[in-house]
This record gives sequence, structure tokens and C-alpha cells, in this order.
Amino acid sequence: MSKRREILLGNEAIARGLVETGCTMTTSYPGTPASEIVGTLAKWKRQGRIAMHVEWSINEKVAFEVALANSYAGRRSAVSMKQVGLNVASDPLMSAAYTGVAGGFLVVVADDPGPHSSQTEQDSRFSAMGALLPVLDPADPREARDWIRPAFELSERYQVPVLLRPTTRVCHARQDLEVADGAESESAAQFKKDPARWAATPKFRFLLHQQLNDKIRRIALDPSFQPTLTNAGALAEAGSERARGACVVASGVVHAHAVELMQELGLWETLPLFRVRQPYPLSPTFRDRLLADYDRVLVLEETYPVIEWQLQDRTRVQGRTTGLVPNAGELLPEVLEDLLRTFADLPAAVRPQPPTAPGRRPTLCAGCPHRAAFHAIKKVFRKGIYPGDIGCYTLGLNLGAVDTVLCMGASISQATGFYFAHRKAAEAAPPIAATIGDSTFYHAGIPALINAVVQGARFVLVVLDNGTTAMTGHQPTPAGGISLDGRPVPKVLIEDLVRACGVKHLAVGDPYRYREFTALLHAAKAHTQADDGGIAVVIARRPCLMDRAQTSDWQAVQVRVGPDCQGCGICTSQFECPALEDRGKDQPIRIDPGLCSGCGVCIEICPHHALEVQ
Amino acid sequence: MSQQLTQQARQQIAVSGIGGQGVLFVTKLLAETAVHLGWSVLLSETHGMAQRGGNVISHLKVWDPRAAGSTAPTTSTAANGKPPVGFTSPLIRAGQADVLLALHPEALTTHGFYLNPKGTAIVNAPTANGPYTIDADRIAAEIGHAIAANLVLLGFAAGVGALFCTAEPLREILDALGGPRRDVNRQAFQAGLSRAGR
Repeated sequence: MSKRREILLGNEAIARGLVETGCTMTTSYPGTPASEIVGTLAKWKRQGRIAMHVEWSINEKVAFEVALANSYAGRRSAVSMKQVGLNVASDPLMSAAYTGVAGGFLVVVADDPGPHSSQTEQDSRFSAMGALLPVLDPADPREARDWIRPAFELSERYQVPVLLRPTTRVCHARQDLEVADGAESESAAQFKKDPARWAATPKFRFLLHQQLNDKIRRIALDPSFQPTLTNAGALAEAGSERARGACVVASGVVHAHAVELMQELGLWETLPLFRVRQPYPLSPTFRDRLLADYDRVLVLEETYPVIEWQLQDRTRVQGRTTGLVPNAGELLPEVLEDLLRTFADLPAAVRPQPPTAPGRRPTLCAGCPHRAAFHAIKKVFRKGIYPGDIGCYTLGLNLGAVDTVLCMGASISQATGFYFAHRKAAEAAPPIAATIGDSTFYHAGIPALINAVVQGARFVLVVLDNGTTAMTGHQPTPAGGISLDGRPVPKVLIEDLVRACGVKHLAVGDPYRYREFTALLHAAKAHTQADDGGIAVVIARRPCLMDRAQTSDWQAVQVRVGPDCQGCGICTSQFECPALEDRGKDQPIRIDPGLCSGCGVCIEICPHHALEVQ
Repeated sequence: MSQQLTQQARQQIAVSGIGGQGVLFVTKLLAETAVHLGWSVLLSETHGMAQRGGNVISHLKVWDPRAAGSTAPTTSTAANGKPPVGFTSPLIRAGQADVLLALHPEALTTHGFYLNPKGTAIVNAPTANGPYTIDADRIAAEIGHAIAANLVLLGFAAGVGALFCTAEPLREILDALGGPRRDVNRQAFQAGLSRAGR
């Protein structure tokens, strides 16, 4: 077995850990910051390097259930997702806690304190607590990998799913690690029938609940992930006057920040720092000792007070519940420094401050087909309501073409709600145009569309179909027709699904062909207003420019700025293509040749016909 | 950590730019070079929506574990209660970066606060913006590869001696990484290096 040092992304380290510990199945739906876990496994699968069954499932609930069955069959399994993905999978999560598992089962849930790329900062450790399941909080890529083996063992010892909860700073950290090439182990599937567990009725569920409570009680005392003291020297010094009675409890990457900071602040030798690896269930012996030995306990964790709430002493424990630790946002090292200084009674820090002005906002790429589609939607559905969805195209809000973003699939259900809300308004009801990406449509749009049809809602749904899951790094969709290991599988097409949902008006168009596409939108709008009309769906189909796996049939157009350009700013502000540069009023705009992709849509949207083919 | 390693044996580098400029690639190159030299690395990247043309930053921390007489891997919890050698946090605090590589003039405004007052900012800008400014966009365009401005800037940074390593190991890693842009990258790196008068 050869060993070498490699720099691994946290998510790559997790993928490696799964392979090294004999995990036979990993499923997922992509989402930042979790995507590269199965992204890495999928790459190895395509290269024929691993035998593990790997899949990009249609959504997190399905992913969870597929992997859980593999665990029921006695084999080690994992499912990975981002924190809001666990909301989608919370139904099977809650139930699987009761049924328990056979083969080790890991639920890898990546949280996003900040948030950097999410709609919430929710703490999945609370989901674990709500489900009565153990959860582990690694601090860096090495731990995330090395904890997978004991986590599987914990899962198998108590026959429960175990949550591994890395955060963005673990998933998207890189670290040099010793790696070894070992043989992947395979285990035979053997599903043992046990209806009292796997198909338990409510009477049996009561028994399972009691068993689960007992498991959680025992896991809290299990030696594998007990809290530890990080700076043993501080305990000897703790008798000194200044530090008496105070300590810090930290978990995850916040602990990693604290280790550096406490050295720099001269607190390493005087202020005991405890590390919690398993925030739930918290060890009761640790809790009792802490509350017996210390008058002041500062709890540092992301993002909700999970450990803090288990330390049931409101007079001595400080943190989020006492208002010392901010209740929102990432616990960045700067925030942590200020907290430690306050807690240890040190003078305030002096440091440069970040600018107060907002930075550059993200925008759709130059030549993104979504931009053309959004512009056409705004034109056809003037003063309309635009329910949006989750993906790159959420950035349609820059263009004023996205009014709501709630969660995966909500564009369609919210369009339904808006339709019924405005239907009986005294004035004419505003037109409604909802947008959803292709991958999001497969994930959560289908039940919402069936519902809209059978409730008799009327709106236009534009499915922005770029043939990939773009935002998270171009994972395949069910329209791809090929499995990760290269087997041909049936293609599931959006138009077939839309028709099967009962939609009577369907059109497919290319947003680059702006005029034709606009005409399709007008026809769709007319259908929603006709006597015998109803819901209308337009599929805006054009491959993502950034997806190298797809070929484009588009002949790039060389655009130049003609003499009629008055610098009115419509193309730069309303169309907001990064390749178009506003040079001030009355100055003609400039086209950045390095950014322009040659889609030519700007020619169509210029009201002065000042942009032309070269 | 800071007590055990001299300034020569550690460096904190912030790489800032706009999504799509190659911030991740420059960071990767520096990290691979550090490991090649026997150093340890810990870094944090920006992924997801911000990559679509927003401000992005990578935090890179490198250190030589041998300088403190240890080759033990870093863990955020040292087994013996002693402080771990090197860094444990993947983030650079405000005012602590030894080097800021600004791939875009805006990066100085957005992320300049990370720079230590004694640190060095290496800036890609069309007009002088501090002692270490270079018009990497123009130089990259002149050699016909506008996309490689990030490597022009990196070559320049190596040339002025701002980095923990010299140009030579960086060039070796650039070669080893290969890829379809290898020759372009080499050319751009060299162009930046020569502007530093090396």
C-alpha cells in the first residue's frame, strides 16, 4: 500500500472516507456546499475506479430512501445533501430514526453558516435532535474523512442513522492529507424480513420510539465521540485568580478558529477549551462536570445553540441564548476574537474594517440563455407577478424578472396561490409568469404542476432548460439518458412530463431566437386568458454555455456598436449582460470581446437598433 | 503556532478577484507548490452562486512543519494539550494577510482589509495602485491570452519576492499540472515574472 500527500477538498476527503470504509452506496442531490462529495464519487465511478453504486437522485427524499434500503439490506450506505435538502428528506429521516438501520448508514448534511449559497442558515444538528439521532461536527477535511469509520461503527453498534454535519468551511476547505490506495471492500446484500421494524404499524412504532430513546441515552455515554479538553495545561493553571471558574466549549470549525485565537490572545495556558465532537446527544457526564466545575461557560458553535440548550443552567452558560454570541451569521474568526476578548476581560481588538459598501453582486454569465428568456418574459408579461425558483436563474431577480424565491419547486405552487389570490380582484388580475430550471422541475416541480392543473389555475410556466444542473457544477439531469457508470437508461423528457401532468398548451423554443421565443410567450399568455384555456408551459431550451458536456449548434455572432448608440443604458441595466460596458450617459457602450459569447440577443433588445452584426 | 514558527516558515495569502478570473486556480497552484516543498496547507474557497461574477476570495495558509521540529499532522485538537504546529483555522482574519493577490482592481477595495499593515498587496490594475501594481490584463492580452491575467499576476508576485517560494517551484508545478492551457499559462507566468525585473 503506497502512501502519499495530497491536497484534498473537504468534500473529496469525505468521498475518500466513504470508499475506504466499505460504503457500498452513496446517493445525493446536488447543492452547495455538499455537491463535490458525490461529484467526486461520480468521477471515480465514470473512470471505473470504484464498484460502489453512486447516483445523483432526483431529489433528497428519494436519495435518502434509496440509500436507506441498501442499509436495510445490511450494507454500509450514505446519502449526502445540503442543509435545505434535509428538509426535503426529513420525512424519511424521522421515520428511519424509528426503524433504525442494519448496515451502517451515514447522512452527510452540509450546513452553510453565512449563508454563502443558501436560503437559510439552519442548523442540521437541530434536525438530528428533532429526529433523536446522533450528529457529529468535524472541524477540517482530515477529521471529516477520519471520522467516517467510527461513525459507521456507531451507526452499526446502535442500529441508527448517524448524521455527519460538515459546514461550508469544512466542505470547501483544502488540506494536505496522507492518502493511501486500498482495496474497496464489497459486502453481500441480505435483506432480513422483520415487519415489526421495517413495516411497523403505530403500535410497534411506540415500541420503536422507546428503543430509540434508549439508544440515544446510551450513545450519549458511548466513548467514541466524547468531549475532550484541548489545552490540558490550562487546567493546571485554572486555579490562578484570573481564570478561575471560566471555560470555553466549542465545536466544528469554530473550535479550529478558537485554537489559533486563544494562543494569540495569550489564553491558551489559562482558559480551558473543551471540544465537543458529538453535539447531540451531549454527554451527561460532561455536562454535569462542566456545571459543577465552572461558574462561567462560553459556548461557541454554528449556527444555532444546540450544545448550549443541552447545558441546562441559564445563570452560568453564556452564548446565543444570553445574547453574547450573535444569533445570525457565520462565527468568523474576527467575531470570535471579539467574543473571547469580552469573555476573558481583555481590551477590544484594533483591526482594519471591511468596506460597508456592498460588493459586486453575482450575475448571469455573458451569453446565458436565461437572460434572454427573462428579458422576453418581462416584455410579454408587463406588470406581471414572477414567482421564481432555486438555481442560477434565481439571478433573474437582478433583471426584475423574479419576485419570489422560497424553496425548490415553489415557483409553480406559488404561481397557483397568486392566481387564486388575484382572481377575484376588482381590477384586472396581473399576468403570472413563473420560472423554474430543468433540474428543479424534476426535483420538486412535478407534483406542484399536477396540483396547478387539477385546481384549475391559470398562469404561464417557463421551464428554463439548459440541459444540466448548472449552479452546483453541471450534474446530469434525468434527460441525459445515461447512468454514472455509462449504462444507457431511458431519457425522461420534460415535455412528456408536462403533457402527462395534464397541461394542454405546451411550446418549446430557443431563447436565443428572441423574436420567435417572444411569440411563443404571447401565445402561451393568450391560452391562459382564453375561455377554454388553462395553464400554459413554455420550455426555453438552450444548453448552458459553461457546460462542456453539451454541444451548441449556435453560430456565434460578432456584434458591434453602431452609430445610433446613445448610451441610454437599457442594454446594460435592463439586460445586464456583463459583456456590455456602460461608459456613461451619451457615450456609446463598449462590448468586451473577452466576455461576449456571440449570442446576439442584445441586437434584438436595443430599442435604438444601435447594435448590429459586424 | 505563531510562537513556534518564524515569519519565514509561514505565510497567509488572500487571493481575491471576480468569479471566473481564476482565483481558485492560482490558489491551487500556490498550495500544490507548498506541499511540493514539504510544507503544510490549509485553505478556504468560494463556491456556488458567488462564482457567477461576484467577488470571490480564497484564504491560503501555508507553513513549514519542519521549522518547528515536527512533521506531525495538524489537528485542531492536539493530543498532548500542546498547541498544534501551524494553523488550524482555514480563514485569515482581518489585518492578518501577509500577501493579498488582487486579480481585479476592485479586490483592493473589497478585500483590502484582510491585509496586514506590514503585508504586500500585488494588484492587477491599469494604473499604479501601490508599489506592486501591474497591468496584467493588458500584458495577458498582448501575448494573446487575455484569460491568463491571473498567471501574469502570480509571476509578478513571485518575481518581486512577495511569496513564500521562488518562481522555480511554481513553474515546476505549473508544468506538472499540465492541461490544455499549460503553454499559455507558462507564457503568462513568465511575462509577469519578467516585469518584476527577474
